[in-house]
Amino acid sequence: MGEIIHVQDVGKVFGEFHALNGAELRINEGEFICLIGASGCGKSTLLRIIAGFEPASSGYVFVGGREVSGPGPERGMVFQDYGLFPWLSVRDNIGFGPRARGISKAKTRETAAHFIDMVGLSKFADSYPHQLSGGMKQRVAIARVLANDCRVVLMDEPFGALDAMTRERLQDELLEIWARTKLTVIFVTHAIEEAILLADRVVAMAPGPGRIVSDTSITLQRPRDVSSSSFNELRRTLSAQLHT
Amino acid sequence: MRRLVLAGLVPALLMLGWWLGTRGQAYSLIPPPWEVGEAMVDLAIGGINDDAFSKTLLVHLLASAGRVYGAFLLAALCALPLGMLIGRLSLARDLLDPMFQMLRPVPVTAWLPLSMIVFGLGPRSAFFLVALGAFYPILVNTIFGVRSVEPRLFEAAAMLGTKPAAMFLRVVLPASLPGIFTGLRLGLGFAWVVIVVGEMTGVQTGLGAMIMDARQLSRTEIVIDGMIVIGAAGYVSDRIVMALGQRLLRWSPQHG
Repeated sequence: MGEIIHVQDVGKVFGEFHALNGAELRINEGEFICLIGASGCGKSTLLRIIAGFEPASSGYVFVGGREVSGPGPERGMVFQDYGLFPWLSVRDNIGFGPRARGISKAKTRETAAHFIDMVGLSKFADSYPHQLSGGMKQRVAIARVLANDCRVVLMDEPFGALDAMTRERLQDELLEIWARTKLTVIFVTHAIEEAILLADRVVAMAPGPGRIVSDTSITLQRPRDVSSSSFNELRRTLSAQLHT
Repeated sequence: MRRLVLAGLVPALLMLGWWLGTRGQAYSLIPPPWEVGEAMVDLAIGGINDDAFSKTLLVHLLASAGRVYGAFLLAALCALPLGMLIGRLSLARDLLDPMFQMLRPVPVTAWLPLSMIVFGLGPRSAFFLVALGAFYPILVNTIFGVRSVEPRLFEAAAMLGTKPAAMFLRVVLPASLPGIFTGLRLGLGFAWVVIVVGEMTGVQTGLGAMIMDARQLSRTEIVIDGMIVIGAAGYVSDRIVMALGQRLLRWSPQHG
């Protein structure tokens, strides 16, 4: 398992505002990383720079050894507001990436069916996004990047708009998919508990200027028990780091 | 059934008022409802008055409908590409948008004299005026449609591997279809609204021409029949467009 992402001294300035300063981060293939921090700490900015949506003001991002210069299908993004194409059915949303990359209709249909099945939406394959619940929409968004053969899944507070029950179920499903696919995941959240529950490593960030303040490996056995004493100890440690 | 009764209630009351107001006046300027009905039958199938208007309704209706749909198609052919250009390219916007915004409030009626000078008396002028009426709603809604595509969708398409050159076809066009459709629907409605003005240019047939002729002969019952037929034709035409929209835009919560 080699290194897949290298964030090298990355900074981002919006006018006078330093959104991100000197960010250094190395991520190995198959790791599940959570970026955590208060609003304005630059966690979403860093994610968007890795995705290629924003150019870095300084520094470099390498994914698979190549410098990032724009969005690309090897880095799939899952947005908090889903970003599904409302005019396409679930099936065609999931097939959008393969079709955009010139893969045949028949092959795309096969791929789409496989991932629709993986996220448990077989009954809704021909539904349109406005007919789905928030949790179902996010499942489509996840299936959409998986169906596109991405190597890295970037997730920007993906479960932030969902109710607690749905969020828990999707967290479990995400871990299951991650275990099965061995993908690299960078997951942005502001919930400490969510970060400890999901991540191999929790990267804490702080605002003014946005920067990385700590990088904590979580070695708790999965599935993790949020009420265990070791879990709570981690929660206290991280909480202290975030509030200094 | 309840909706049908409710929809008919106010028109029925208005008819009653009309009937009461014109009853028993031998030389009323406004003809009573039954005279209008009788004239409608004569217009449609003849056999009552046997004058110049008898059995001419279908000819006039077809002439107007042909003009409305033809001019609407021409308007759409011009307004759709222009609207897409103005909506997506800032050069086209700076170049054309101010001009269209200035021309847009000029009513079709005001164009009538100029149109008759440029296109001459007759059907070409009528065609131009009706197309002009349909043009602006399509243009304005197309511009709005292509401009209001959610930026998130461009990001989603880009990260899935869509090339910048393919964005227009794969994202902009489908995303703006509801706006474009609204424009087309309003445009077709406007074409029916301005058909009478369009046919004031000295054309021989058409519902507008029929109304103008009837007015000069003080055949007010035929004027009213013309109004009814335009209303009904515009309504049917709008229903057809709506049904088409509901099929094509099943995915849109506002249309499906």
